Amino acid sequence: MSTSDTADTLAATGRPDEIKAVPVRHPGRWVATAIIVVVLAAVGNSVATNSRFEWGVVGHFFFSSRILDGLVLTLELTAVAMVIGIAFGAVLAVMRLSPNPLVSGSSWVYVWFFRGTPLLVQILFWYAIAALYPRVNLGIPFGPAFIHANANELITPVTAAILALGLNEAAYMAEIVRAGILSVDEGQTEAAQALGFTRLQTMRRIVLPQAMRVILPPTGNETISMLKNTALVSVISVTELLFAAQQIYDVNYKTIPLLLVASIWYLIVTTVLSIGQYYLERHYGRGSSREQPLTLLQRVRGNLFSSRHATVEVPGVGGSPNR
Amino acid sequence: MSEPMVKAEGVHKSFGRLEVLKGITLEVQPREVMCVLGPSGSGKSTFLRCINHLEKIDAGRLSVDGELVGYRQSGDKIYELRDSEVARKRSEIGMVFQRFNLFPHMTALENVAMAPMRVKNIPKAEALARGREQLERVGLADKIKSYPAQLSGGQQQRVAIARALAMEPKLILFDEPTSALDPELVGEVLDAMRRLAEEGMTMLVVTHEIGFAREVGDTVVFMDDGVVVETGKPREVFANPRHERTRSFLSKVL
Repeated sequence: MSTSDTADTLAATGRPDEIKAVPVRHPGRWVATAIIVVVLAAVGNSVATNSRFEWGVVGHFFFSSRILDGLVLTLELTAVAMVIGIAFGAVLAVMRLSPNPLVSGSSWVYVWFFRGTPLLVQILFWYAIAALYPRVNLGIPFGPAFIHANANELITPVTAAILALGLNEAAYMAEIVRAGILSVDEGQTEAAQALGFTRLQTMRRIVLPQAMRVILPPTGNETISMLKNTALVSVISVTELLFAAQQIYDVNYKTIPLLLVASIWYLIVTTVLSIGQYYLERHYGRGSSREQPLTLLQRVRGNLFSSRHATVEVPGVGGSPNR
Repeated sequence: MSEPMVKAEGVHKSFGRLEVLKGITLEVQPREVMCVLGPSGSGKSTFLRCINHLEKIDAGRLSVDGELVGYRQSGDKIYELRDSEVARKRSEIGMVFQRFNLFPHMTALENVAMAPMRVKNIPKAEALARGREQLERVGLADKIKSYPAQLSGGQQQRVAIARALAMEPKLILFDEPTSALDPELVGEVLDAMRRLAEEGMTMLVVTHEIGFAREVGDTVVFMDDGVVVETGKPREVFANPRHERTRSFLSKVL
């Protein structure tokens, strides 16, 4: 297009022509695409043709009652251990921020201990706790006891699993919650106090809801990690998903298909958890940007239909707060 | 003469070894608008924060409406107040901050209605209705559903004023309310404050806005280096500063 053409349109419409430039070529992208397509084809081919995958066996056991029972126990362990972890972790976080050095120090020691030893060792420890304390007494410290229990009966494998996973998780959650509380601007606390909120109300109504934005993403990741870490308790014969699969292949020697069954279930649950996490984060992100973030469906649709114009124009974003 | 709303006698405050307030003595009468001027670091904001006990004073006496701030006197002994008692007293004193400090996870209306609901236990419907009135009063009737991030600085500060008003305070403290604003937004906030002053609100305003102090202030206090250097009617202080430090400060800002 010559300059005189542009000048003509400018004169006619008052607006210069839109730029129609030859796009930059990206040969590297084409090479990468070709390599990925080849690798995918090879993997797909092997999955479809290697008879040792035994997809028939996978399908046969996928909904078997033993696998499903194991899955349910895995979900229960994850939920209970996370609830313990979050609740106790929040307490530890508040303790850690206490001005009393003994209170904050004991929280520090707890985190140091439970983060400093492998989870697998902690699981074995709780399983063998009866060797250390054969009897559990409830009563006045150094005084008479009212309730006696046999530790072997009290701490079943499932109880040991819950204790190990939950108490270990509390140490990690304590750090996450503490970071969240510290991320909230001090001015928020001052404004709330100036309005007459008590310390507790300030924490509950003002600080924690804002801390959630920082706390939630890592908590979602912790939940997903927890789901997978429950597989560790198979070493103390808790029949969760992995141990259920192991029990089956110990008998029929179909190791690979049954490990696939377990893996696919883990993938399904982590996918569902990830979607839930996305919506939770969206809820607690209220007010942090000017636009309500898109739902997952809107995002997928946006990606499919406008991949050429990936930068969706959002008015106002990135501007100064003083419009 | 009625009891002063704020009465300070020899108020001292140190942060570590740095003494920020070196004996502040002043009185604010009910319905009075007092503007506190002075260079940064002179202790104006710290003094304001002492009045609602966001900072503890080290020595002297500070009372609001005849009651000690943060303490209770019984005979010769002084007792520290419990958290809930301090909170109740704070709820009677409004405060507007330099950086607005609106709650970002709540809409403008929720920001305004929150404290009446949670602190004064006013039923939700009534608190929301009153919140709407307060927002109308500062000219933001169309912004009740906006989050703070969607508002301009001037609008945010007006929401903050409405939030303080919703608690029906007997005194409002303003801590440099226009210092974080773009110049063209300062006027709308000062207008809202001027209307409050006309309605008879008792106000203690730390500010750099000489024009506002001159027009709206009943009294001007000039602070420097932790002490009150000069007090008087705005006309007298601005036209005829008696103290050298006031004179040199005014020559720089006027």
